[in-house]
Amino acid sequence: MMWSIYLNVVVQGVLTGLVYGLMALGLSVIFGVVRVVNFAHGEFAVVAMYAAFLLFSSLGLDPLVTMLPIAAAFFVLGFALQATLINPFVGRPEHDQFILLVGLGIVIVNGLLMIFGPDARAANLPYAFDSYLIGPLIIDKVRVYSAVAAVAIAAALFAFFRHTGTGTAIRACADNLTGAAVIGLNVKRLYAITFGIGLACVGAAGALMVTIADAAPSLGPAYTLLGFIIVIVGGLGSMTGALVGGILIGVSEALAGFVIAPSMKSMFSFALLIAVLVLRPRGLMGRGA
Amino acid sequence: MIELWRELPPRARGLLLAFAAALVAAPLVADRYLLSILTLIFYFAFVGQAWNLMMGYAGQLSLGHALYVGIGAYVAAVLWIHFGIGPWLGVIPAIVIAAAFGAVVGGLGFRFGVEGVYFALLTIAAAEFTRIAFDHLAFTGGSGGLFLPYEERRLGEWWNLRGGQLLFYYVALALAAGGVALAARLARSRLGFQWRAVREDEAAARALGVDVFRAKMAAVLLSSAMTAVGGVFYAFYYNSLFPAQIFDIGRSIELILGPIVGGLGTVFGPVVGAFILTPLGEGLIAITAQFGLDAPGLKAVFYGLILMAIISFRPNGVWPWLARMIGVAGRAP
Repeated sequence: MMWSIYLNVVVQGVLTGLVYGLMALGLSVIFGVVRVVNFAHGEFAVVAMYAAFLLFSSLGLDPLVTMLPIAAAFFVLGFALQATLINPFVGRPEHDQFILLVGLGIVIVNGLLMIFGPDARAANLPYAFDSYLIGPLIIDKVRVYSAVAAVAIAAALFAFFRHTGTGTAIRACADNLTGAAVIGLNVKRLYAITFGIGLACVGAAGALMVTIADAAPSLGPAYTLLGFIIVIVGGLGSMTGALVGGILIGVSEALAGFVIAPSMKSMFSFALLIAVLVLRPRGLMGRGA
Repeated sequence: MIELWRELPPRARGLLLAFAAALVAAPLVADRYLLSILTLIFYFAFVGQAWNLMMGYAGQLSLGHALYVGIGAYVAAVLWIHFGIGPWLGVIPAIVIAAAFGAVVGGLGFRFGVEGVYFALLTIAAAEFTRIAFDHLAFTGGSGGLFLPYEERRLGEWWNLRGGQLLFYYVALALAAGGVALAARLARSRLGFQWRAVREDEAAARALGVDVFRAKMAAVLLSSAMTAVGGVFYAFYYNSLFPAQIFDIGRSIELILGPIVGGLGTVFGPVVGAFILTPLGEGLIAITAQFGLDAPGLKAVFYGLILMAIISFRPNGVWPWLARMIGVAGRAP
């Protein structure tokens, strides 16, 4: 029956990976369009986790529901951030952008530390330990719900970029910035919308994350790195790449955690990142530079 | 060295001498606490200088320099604990091994064309990978840490870096001064000019006949070797090493703050940055402690805000501006 254990681990990895993928999707969208690397990405995810946790513990609201208002609030936050703080950095050297966002990440994660303390906070959902039995598979309900929600949001985002005027305009900015400016697109506003969308993804992902992990400030840098590993494995700037990368990392971490030791699971992710950077710098699904 | 000294404007020479004399004489008047702050400043000035070689001159952003601090610290500590080899000898293998790590990171990065953000991520990945590896390395105590024993009888052995605050103060001062001299020397060397050419425009540098790969490798090797010396100092000063602390990305970030605030690619930038940041951070802790507040994240929040402010409003750092203000801006780097 050994194979069924592995199958369980893999399925669990895929489900968790889809939530990771949604978080990484935000990072990828921002980089693909604005060409700014959001080095405070994981920190924003943890802010969303705390928001969902607080709404659940004080008002009893389910994170699967509060995900939507949190995502909306994060959209506004992202729009405002890009319009004020980050926009002057568009076009400046990469390391300048990097340093700005590293600074922002430090402020966020230590702000959380000051407010909430270092302890992990768990949202104990009433159905946290329920599971579905499908043949040999035992699947956590919360993971199924959050994975479905992540896929739904990603699908909505794909539809937005494919079928709406704003979405098309944003893609135009990503493909040919000069051209987009020439035909009269308001690039600054579109960048702000894109950053807002990126943060909305991370807001929703963070809310979902609360159902499968405990919120703690120290998760911030870890999730940022996780996001980077995923988008680089998948290809920075590629949307499908982010989801595929999320699944890949989710499965490899679950397997490594099961086969070797949970504390060593991220070592494999870093090894994978190094290998991909060196051998396939544009990622498995990335477009050319 | 002497030409470098002659190139300084007379006023800068005077100020530098007065400043150096004040620091050498400081232990006569300063108490233990003040000396510990100054020691910390010198340490950050030194490792900041090391990082600046790579980023400030050669333009290669490393966000994983904690790797070289950690390797240097662990190599020297293991040699001391298990083999009784003192730090003056142990610093050599520490340098060699850290530089070998630097060679791997640089070799992978530069040979395979990993650039910009991707290179920065490669350096983070290498540091994090090593951190987790050391967490599981039983030989060095794993995540439980490695401790240099406290031995009463050895306290006077200054040649083995066993001693009190005063000893470490002067060692750190020597490191910081040596760092400045080395950086000034390198900045004026052929290699230093090649680095700046690579930083400004790699393709143009290559067209002029600069061996770009070699120049970048020299930067990462020198930088990692120098950082490892800082790591040896760290090990003997603090006497305890934990992978989760020493290899942490937060350490890498802390180390790069000084040069960024002081001024990337300047010889005195890392020193000025360390002199600004460390007292502010420590002062902040002291003040909040006075009010009975224990806010563990406050110093870091403050550092983060400074980082954002500097990069937004004064991306060239404080030193170029300060140098003009005190009238030493001359031709000095």
